[in-house]
Amino acid sequence: MSNRQPPVLEIDNLRVEYPLANGGLFTAVENASLIIQPGEIHALVGESGAGKTTIGNAVMGLLEKPGRIASGSIHIGGKLLDPTSGSADGVVLGRDVGAVFQDPMTSLNPLFTVESQLTETLRTHLKMDRAASRVRALELMKAVGIPEPERRLKAYPHQLSGGQRQRVVIAAALSCDPTLVVADEPTTALDVSVQAQILKLLRDLADNRRIGILLVTHNMGVVAQIADRVTIMHRGKVVESGPTAEVLRHPKAEYAKALIGAVPRIDMRLDRFPVVGEEAKGRAADAREAIRAKAFRADATIDGSEILSVENLCVDYVTSGLIPGSKGHRFRAVDNVSFKVRSGEVFGLVGESGCGKTTIANVVAGLVKPTSGRVLYQGKPVAGEGGIRRVGPLRQAIQMIFQDPYSSLNSRIRIGSILAEPILFYRLAPSRAEAESDVAQLIEAVGLDADSAGRYAHAFSGGQRQRLSIARALGARPRLIVCDEPTSSLDVSVQAQILNLLKDLRDATGLTLLLISHDLAVVRQMCDRIAVMKSGKLVEEAAAEALFQSPQHPYTQELLSLVPTLDRIRGETEVA
Amino acid sequence: MNTLASPNLIMRIGAPISVMLAALLALVIVGCALLAGWLAPYDPTDLSTFELINAEIPPAFTADGDSRFLLGTDNQGRDLLSAMMYGARVSIAIGGGAVLLAASIGVFLGLIAGYFGGRIDALIMRIGDVILSFPTILLALLVSGIARALFPQAGTAEWAPLILICAIAIHEWVQYARTVRAATMVETAKDYVKAVKVIGLPGRRIMLRHILPNVMGPVLVIATINLAAAVLTEATLSFLGVGMPPTYPSLGTLIRIGNEFVFSGIWWIALFPALTLVLLVLAVNVVGDWLRDRFNPKLRVKR
Repeated sequence: MSNRQPPVLEIDNLRVEYPLANGGLFTAVENASLIIQPGEIHALVGESGAGKTTIGNAVMGLLEKPGRIASGSIHIGGKLLDPTSGSADGVVLGRDVGAVFQDPMTSLNPLFTVESQLTETLRTHLKMDRAASRVRALELMKAVGIPEPERRLKAYPHQLSGGQRQRVVIAAALSCDPTLVVADEPTTALDVSVQAQILKLLRDLADNRRIGILLVTHNMGVVAQIADRVTIMHRGKVVESGPTAEVLRHPKAEYAKALIGAVPRIDMRLDRFPVVGEEAKGRAADAREAIRAKAFRADATIDGSEILSVENLCVDYVTSGLIPGSKGHRFRAVDNVSFKVRSGEVFGLVGESGCGKTTIANVVAGLVKPTSGRVLYQGKPVAGEGGIRRVGPLRQAIQMIFQDPYSSLNSRIRIGSILAEPILFYRLAPSRAEAESDVAQLIEAVGLDADSAGRYAHAFSGGQRQRLSIARALGARPRLIVCDEPTSSLDVSVQAQILNLLKDLRDATGLTLLLISHDLAVVRQMCDRIAVMKSGKLVEEAAAEALFQSPQHPYTQELLSLVPTLDRIRGETEVA
Repeated sequence: MNTLASPNLIMRIGAPISVMLAALLALVIVGCALLAGWLAPYDPTDLSTFELINAEIPPAFTADGDSRFLLGTDNQGRDLLSAMMYGARVSIAIGGGAVLLAASIGVFLGLIAGYFGGRIDALIMRIGDVILSFPTILLALLVSGIARALFPQAGTAEWAPLILICAIAIHEWVQYARTVRAATMVETAKDYVKAVKVIGLPGRRIMLRHILPNVMGPVLVIATINLAAAVLTEATLSFLGVGMPPTYPSLGTLIRIGNEFVFSGIWWIALFPALTLVLLVLAVNVVGDWLRDRFNPKLRVKR
């Protein structure tokens, strides 16, 4: 790369501080430096709270109020950014720096058409007239690859799909020919197939228009696929920086090694995830053994016999019409799905968002009634045709873990009381004191301290809450746990810990797991057998290894080819 | 400037001075009302202590005043200050009772409607809609009219407060039910409620133990604001003659009695109770508004 042009972005020893209410000072970013040349994609990765978004905001002058640039400098296109006003001489946010945010649902105004949102920037910054700005908007729409651009210009954001909306956001960011685009988690809210398209678009923009892109992300696969250089951050500090292939293949810093190791691999199956930091051992193992001893009942079979059977399941969602009594729109979320889960195995259900996998989880857990078909648990129909009411042991047998650890624990009740709920309700302990010791055991089994019982949910991090959710599900002494995206809202290192925990619990207690996920790598690491879903239908079901080595259905093949992974690193062919 | 680190408790509540003053005023009036039995110079409910010769004495600070009666006397020779203290007690008791009853009914029905949804929800909310289509006063007149026709003793000092509480609550519960229903629907969709459903807890326990504590915030705020409204409704009903009897007057009854004499130059009987009522309602409303803003996360100013 030539150095005749100044770098589009140069950050030197940046330090961002937030004064705290108690008079202290929180340093969000410390001594961060990076340089982006024209046409380069620089990825900024790290776990939540690492300070990567703060850097993005500082570059765009969007630091939230008490936060300030304490020292260091930011140069955009060679011009110094004034740390107090957040703007540089002759550099205009929206014209010279484009922004792409995470959620395409909220970064467009739902009340205006795509055209008016695109032309607004052009008219403000470039002083274009109506006709010229419309021509330019159309060019932009073509540039970002939206089909039927003339028609889409007249559309409102809700009439576009998530991927199209993100393209519009990118088009808006490009509208004034910026030299730098800051993309903050641009594909996190999107499905893999759409993500692949958006990533390709970003790469093309960098290659063809020589735009420098600061890509903030937590996804190592995305980094591997499109970034030229990568900077890894941890607790506000840069721990490693360099060309993508070098950093990902041969990380030097301890944290970088651990972080990259924790990324679930799609190319091979490992026994356990390598984790960042130490895991609870001894006490947790004892507690698990005790739980297993208690949970072992006469009807518990770990012989690989059929435990759950879903037969011809259909679920329709009906939206009610405006006029009472009128038939609304009918939407088939699950269409004639059948599969069987064997005792003691981990069964994976994968698919993109909206494919009906969560609906199936809810039907199995008894939260949603099927329209037709039925679900059998150990031969007894528990949902759908001939379904019997789930009471007693039948209700206990199937428990669930939810996606969002922040809403799955009641914030007004102490953790101990939440966990004691199933134990007391099913009289699994003879006395209240016994129930309390059972709760302590559950908490230890998921690797937390027993004194957590006295605290409320807000005192725990996302990963800890998810551990507590798991403990609650175990409390009812289930045979089958439905895990609905148990790790999708967690950081990779925490994800690795939670997945290891689920594996260990499965091994220690003979549980059966039905794992719902959109992440193929996670499914590969966890599952014995996998079913792939697409728009409500089951397209393929196979043993995990067989599915990944020789996928039969074209949709499965497509999904597998699109996942950004660490083994397909950009630029590696040039290096090697 | 750092209010959080300040050791001063009053500063830590962070309320503006107007709210502080309003809270103080409300405390003084409520305190006087609650302690009327000890603080009041006379017992205004004991008819045997009235002397007609003392009737219509102006307040003590006027030229014709009598130092025995600080705020003067009414047409029966009753000490107005004592009558107001007892009257405020009656008004607050009826207002508070009405709020409690309305909140209990409303929270209960709102929880059921929001949790179960469907037809139960439609039934409860449509009944609420019908009730809301009647003006508060009209409905309360209707209720107390029916009660008086059915039970001859309904107008007595023992029964009138109960009738009044019911008459006011029958209209006010709808607001609680609507708020709680909406909040319950939001909470029911959250994963923690799904989790206890999967555990198999019965609906009663899920509603009372898990959802109720999470929907009580807005209820407390509405209750404060409604307290002022309920006190006013009681006063209006008593003013119209269907509330507390003259032998056991509330603030509204006192205003009604005074109203008959205003044009004969005897202004104090109506003025002082009216002033007390206005100040009490104003103070409670100011505090209630502040509470509402404070507990509404959408209005909470970011640091």
